[in-house]
Amino acid sequence: MHNFEFVKPGTISDAVAALGGEEAQALGGGQTLLPTMKQRLAAPTTLVSLSGVGEMVGVCTNDAGEICIGGATTHAQVQAETASSYPGLSGLAGQIGDPAVRNRGTIGGSLANNDPAACYPSAALGSGATIVTNTREIAADDYFQGMFTTALDEGEIVTEVRFPVPMAANYQKFVQPASRFALTGVFVAKYASGVRVAVTGASENGVFRWSEAEAALSSSFTADAVKDLSVPADGMIGDLHGTPDYRAHLVKVMTGRAVTAAQ
Amino acid sequence: MPKDSGIGASPKRREDVRFLTGKGQYTDDINIHGQAYAHFLRSEVAHGTINGIDTSAAASMPGVVQILTAKDFEGVGGVPCGWQVTDRHGEAMQEPKHPVLAEGKVRHVGDPIAMVIADTLEQARDAAEAIDVDITELEPVMDMKAAIKDGATKVHDDLISNLCYDWGFVEENREAVDEAIKSAAHVTTLELVNNRLVANPMEPRVAVGDYAPGTDDYTLYTTSQNPHVIRLLMGAFVLGIPEHKLRVVAPDVGGGFGAKIYHYAEEAACTFAAKQCGRPVKWTSSRSEAFISDAHGRDHVTKIELALDADHKFTAIRTDTYANMGAYLSTFAPSIPTWLHGTLMAGNYTTPLIYVNVKAVFTNTTPVDAYRGAGRPEATFQLERVIDKAARELGVDPADLRRKNFIKPDQFPYATPVAVEYDTGDYDATLDKGMEMIDAAGFEARAAESKAKGKLRGLGIAHFIEACGIAPSNLVGQLGARAGLYESATVRVNATGSISVMTGSHSHGQGHETSYPQVVAEMLGIDESMIDIVHGDTSKTPMGMGTYGSRSIAVGGSAMVRATEKIINKAKKIAAHLLEASEADIELKDGAFSVAGTDKSVAWGDVTLAAYVPHNYPLEDIEPGLEETAFYDPSNFTYPAGAYICEVEVDPETGKVDVLKFVAADDFGNVINPMIVYGQVHGGVAQGIGQALLENCAYDENGQLLSGSYMDYTMPRADDLPMFDVDHSCVTPCTHNPLGVKGCGEAGAIGTPPAIVNGVIDALHRAGHTHVSHIDMPLTPARVWAAMNG
Repeated sequence: MHNFEFVKPGTISDAVAALGGEEAQALGGGQTLLPTMKQRLAAPTTLVSLSGVGEMVGVCTNDAGEICIGGATTHAQVQAETASSYPGLSGLAGQIGDPAVRNRGTIGGSLANNDPAACYPSAALGSGATIVTNTREIAADDYFQGMFTTALDEGEIVTEVRFPVPMAANYQKFVQPASRFALTGVFVAKYASGVRVAVTGASENGVFRWSEAEAALSSSFTADAVKDLSVPADGMIGDLHGTPDYRAHLVKVMTGRAVTAAQ
Repeated sequence: MPKDSGIGASPKRREDVRFLTGKGQYTDDINIHGQAYAHFLRSEVAHGTINGIDTSAAASMPGVVQILTAKDFEGVGGVPCGWQVTDRHGEAMQEPKHPVLAEGKVRHVGDPIAMVIADTLEQARDAAEAIDVDITELEPVMDMKAAIKDGATKVHDDLISNLCYDWGFVEENREAVDEAIKSAAHVTTLELVNNRLVANPMEPRVAVGDYAPGTDDYTLYTTSQNPHVIRLLMGAFVLGIPEHKLRVVAPDVGGGFGAKIYHYAEEAACTFAAKQCGRPVKWTSSRSEAFISDAHGRDHVTKIELALDADHKFTAIRTDTYANMGAYLSTFAPSIPTWLHGTLMAGNYTTPLIYVNVKAVFTNTTPVDAYRGAGRPEATFQLERVIDKAARELGVDPADLRRKNFIKPDQFPYATPVAVEYDTGDYDATLDKGMEMIDAAGFEARAAESKAKGKLRGLGIAHFIEACGIAPSNLVGQLGARAGLYESATVRVNATGSISVMTGSHSHGQGHETSYPQVVAEMLGIDESMIDIVHGDTSKTPMGMGTYGSRSIAVGGSAMVRATEKIINKAKKIAAHLLEASEADIELKDGAFSVAGTDKSVAWGDVTLAAYVPHNYPLEDIEPGLEETAFYDPSNFTYPAGAYICEVEVDPETGKVDVLKFVAADDFGNVINPMIVYGQVHGGVAQGIGQALLENCAYDENGQLLSGSYMDYTMPRADDLPMFDVDHSCVTPCTHNPLGVKGCGEAGAIGTPPAIVNGVIDALHRAGHTHVSHIDMPLTPARVWAAMNG
């Protein structure tokens, strides 16, 4: 690891100011960034830790009934504090990594990184969440822009994520056996306005919505509704752990399982 | 009634107290005053010509002590190979030079190019980034079959080709085997890959080199399974240091699995550099480095043919194997696909004719050498898979087909057509025991339960044999070993009766500190707590060959028995003198010497005290002191065998395999500490399931390692494994060593992979996927699904 400066601001405005410095990098839980730095693949001049920003930690419900999660809230805290208010989300948080990862990693860090195999992007997109930053509010549909790419500008911080609570939801994760990231993970959420299906781990473009399944499930929220659908393998990830065909197949299987489990 | 001490008892492992409380002393715990830290700059490309290395900018960076490249090692020998294989035409194998640091060319990702020594590790790494290496990339040699075609790019320009050797065994049988296969009633053919693995011991490799200019003494602290072998290889062949000036210490070592047998370039570099720069030099491998610099295991591509007569008796076996050597010959690499593989191709069966062909090939990959089982898992996997396939083709029960061809108990000693003689065994007993343990009779009911849940259940059977404690030395010398394979022990009885036993074997997880005292205590009738084991330091123990190949108890334990017998003989002489009796009348029992038929006796401690305070002592007949050394060279291998049986469940929607039940019924001969043996089998089965379902060391076509970290290399974890049911109640003691022991360290890794694959294929066939005759390991969900839907 190269040497770097470390700052730990206490407010969002101080954090934003610190991130204005040259080659400054926000540090959430560090579950991706720190291993990358140890391998000398990243060498920021300044690390701006967000874990001391009190206003970015915690879970609450706003007047609109949305679950509001501070960007620096750990997966473990989300798992614990949404267990009754949004069990589908709580269940997803509890499947991320292992206890050590869940006690350090944060929702803001995960969404800012937008790893194509991370779990959280599917919950945010599948719930039609709002990503709140220090400057604006971004709809999940506009936020995810491809593998490791988001709508965030340089120095912009995910301060909060607002989840509308669905009538039913579930996340089914088929793990990549080594990393235990999602080889393919599907988050299904049923709202009065319709069903949303978000897929992570499978596509070369990162998390995506499976609109065909959404339409079918909006008319019949059963596993049978997706039985005869298929996802094209084109654009799916092919690697040591699975071909594009296999991932496309898993999208359907995991969607069906998520629907069944959400009942 | 189980014993509570001595042979057959299961005292808890005394070494675990220090391991589990953080009090172990591993090589990385050794820090010497003034030590500097080494970092190796390694090749990022698989194959290339080094045009130049510019270290000038790096050399002036903060904290840099010295930077070494190949030119600094001129006059130093290369890393040696310890086994020379002779090919089927009587020619010696092609043996390339293996420089300590890359010379002129880099030949695999991870090949060390420069050694940077600095005050701190981070400074060394900073400086390494400032080294400018000018490399012209060459086409990487990756595919073994393509590599030995005419005109293929060569890994070593000074060799004739990429073919290390073309070995035939038994060459005289070649035509007879061809004939038998041609005339057979049925021939089953199977092509398969034995997947490349990374050993991944929990403790990565570490080396600390130290040099004392006042006495011209060198010390190397290293994570080795065999410090004397390292002293011999590094001293004699690399650095030219005589043994009395070189001490090699392998303290607590956190797992080896074979990967810590070999002499590695980093050991020689640290020892050499310590003198060059006048400071102790320490190198600790990162996990990333371990993936590309520890010797890998397996990597065979094989075609096996099994011929059967109309009565389903095996009549011949013919195999063609391509064995990947990687870029250089690791210490024992040539012996693994040959003598440790071909000699086991008879398995537990009476097949009269066998011919094994092995082509060992150089590629631009990390060198490959022994990994837990080493050659024997490759042999067992082929054999147990092809037998299962034959049973399916013939429509017979796979267990019955095995039984029909088993060597029967009254046929021992049994000489196989592949040059080894099994001393004892009862394979029907172990297979029957295994089938009883798995409750084979209840399988159909459980399969129906699985089916009701939408899952496919399969029963996988394998039976293995291995050869442990490779020996005798004169034979292995004829086979090409450049070493002996005896073991040593010194039993040093102290004046008050306590004992230090110095062994040339080495414990890196095996529990020697617990099980060895059980043997000596049983022989002397004293308490185990009076005995300590000393190992891992060439300045303390007699020359020994270390621990690998499940040899410790069979060879090292036997040496200990011989040395203890000498102690007893001498102690009886002393006791006879003290008791004023004839030596022939002295009996040793429960730690006291008595005169037969009398109540006269003298305690163990009185005899030992007399040996060191020889006031009342037969000085005219025997020397004072009570210390004896023995070197034991076995007359044969030992041949453990056993049944490995599992039940697996396949999720047809995803291809995911779950192992639901796993049983192992082993015949290890006599067992010293059953608890430790259970643990050995548990670990071996875990690694076997790892190979069968999870672990895959894969390269892309450019020679880049695709599974170079735990993000992609899948180690087995607790939730991947069922509870294991392990038994070793079937006992046919080894006939040629004094303890009747056989060795248990590798059994699990040998017997498990074919059991798992057989189970998955069984599950698929029962569900109607009869077009799937084989799936290559690891049987990942994606591969199983693709096979089902292929």
